[in-house]
Amino acid sequence: MCLAVPMEVLNIDGNRAWVSAGGTKREVRLDVIDQRPHIGDYVIVHAGFAIHRIDQEMAKETLKMFEEMFSNEAPG
Amino acid sequence: MKHLDEYRDRELAQRIIERIHASSKKGIRIMEVCGTHTVSIFRNGIRDVLPSNIALISGPGCPVCVTATEEIDKSIKLSREHDVIITTFGDLMRVPGSKSSLQKEKANGADIRVVYSVSDAIKIASNNPQKRVVFLGIGFETTAPTIAAAVLEAKSEGIKNFFVLVLHKLIPPAMEALLSGGDLKIDGFMCPGHVTSIIGASSYVPVTQRYHIPCVVAGFEPIDILQAIYMLVEQLEEGQAQVEIQYKRGVTFEGNKNAMAIMERVFDRCDTVWRGLGVISKSGFKLKVQYREFAAEDSFDLSIPKAKEHPGCMCGEILRGVVTPAECPLFRRTCNPGHPVGPCMVSSEGTCAAYYKYQA
Ligand code: SF4
Repeated sequence: MCLAVPMEVLNIDGNRAWVSAGGTKREVRLDVIDQRPHIGDYVIVHAGFAIHRIDQEMAKETLKMFEEMFSNEAPG
Repeated sequence: MKHLDEYRDRELAQRIIERIHASSKKGIRIMEVCGTHTVSIFRNGIRDVLPSNIALISGPGCPVCVTATEEIDKSIKLSREHDVIITTFGDLMRVPGSKSSLQKEKANGADIRVVYSVSDAIKIASNNPQKRVVFLGIGFETTAPTIAAAVLEAKSEGIKNFFVLVLHKLIPPAMEALLSGGDLKIDGFMCPGHVTSIIGASSYVPVTQRYHIPCVVAGFEPIDILQAIYMLVEQLEEGQAQVEIQYKRGVTFEGNKNAMAIMERVFDRCDTVWRGLGVISKSGFKLKVQYREFAAEDSFDLSIPKAKEHPGCMCGEILRGVVTPAECPLFRRTCNPGHPVGPCMVSSEGTCAAYYKYQA
């Protein structure tokens, strides 16, 4: 039930935004999110509310962690 | 899809699996607290690729499953009021109460409507001024702020026919209750990504310190889960007990301060009853004095006879992680997703339903 998916912000109108992912479009509320998103940002959506704005830098950090994890290994 | 596909890469998964095999020496038991994790672990066959010294234990993190029978009975009682429309997330419909379920009540003519968002319930209230609309507020910290936002909206819009039966439950107190219960050995927690988006990874610091147990907050894709397991293995091999975030794209250490402020404005903490875990101190919410006009329990008589559990259903033990579904004598016999005996079989995130679907 805590399922929540990353969706791209298409449009913002006051307290509401239109978001889309994989062909699904939805209107979501922005009351609960802490950092107001901009158009083109990705937000995590749960039960009709955006709950988190995805920080691109933070997303990259996870992928960087893998690079570090495997940096001392022979490529394979 | 962006922010999903990168975390489903097979080759990367294989390399992490090799790393886990190379590093993991000790016998360890990791609990995935969250039901969404349980389902992803099964769907991606993660148990099958781990070394045999790592056990994954499913925890109490399915909101539907931990809803107590008495809470279902109260919802059913509400649905029998002639002027009431019940609005609920769909998962709750088939959960058996002592004698009935919301689904059966609906078949008998009760006005019960499944909604995707609490906002839909507010709309139903505005469109049906002659009715009283009750929303069944289940869910953990991920969902609770959305309900709080709806209460604030109802207050500012002056909506008088909207009520919430607040049944929310909070994850960190449940984790502590499991650890202090003593009948379960857990070496590490895989903490729920979206609960933690709201409350922040810092919420687990007391647990790690008090019980010397590592907590890693994980996302929901296969790479996320494997990486979280690897991070837990590394900590456990080195004897550490820290809070770490694997799911950096969804979670911060501090959490969503706005959402927490909204919850704090609307709710007070209270003791609440969990199926299987009993009453856990300060693990639930109730509406604050200023918002009692929306509290279903203040506007309706919710007294019910003592709730009756189904004899033989072991959901309680399943939710505490002390038995697996195969150990329940009803599993696959009288109890299956078509005829669920307990909530752990009803919800797609329930441990029994996940075992039924994915384990031959
Ligand atoms: S298999 Fe059915 S009866 Fe047994 S614990 Fe699970 S839900 Fe309850």
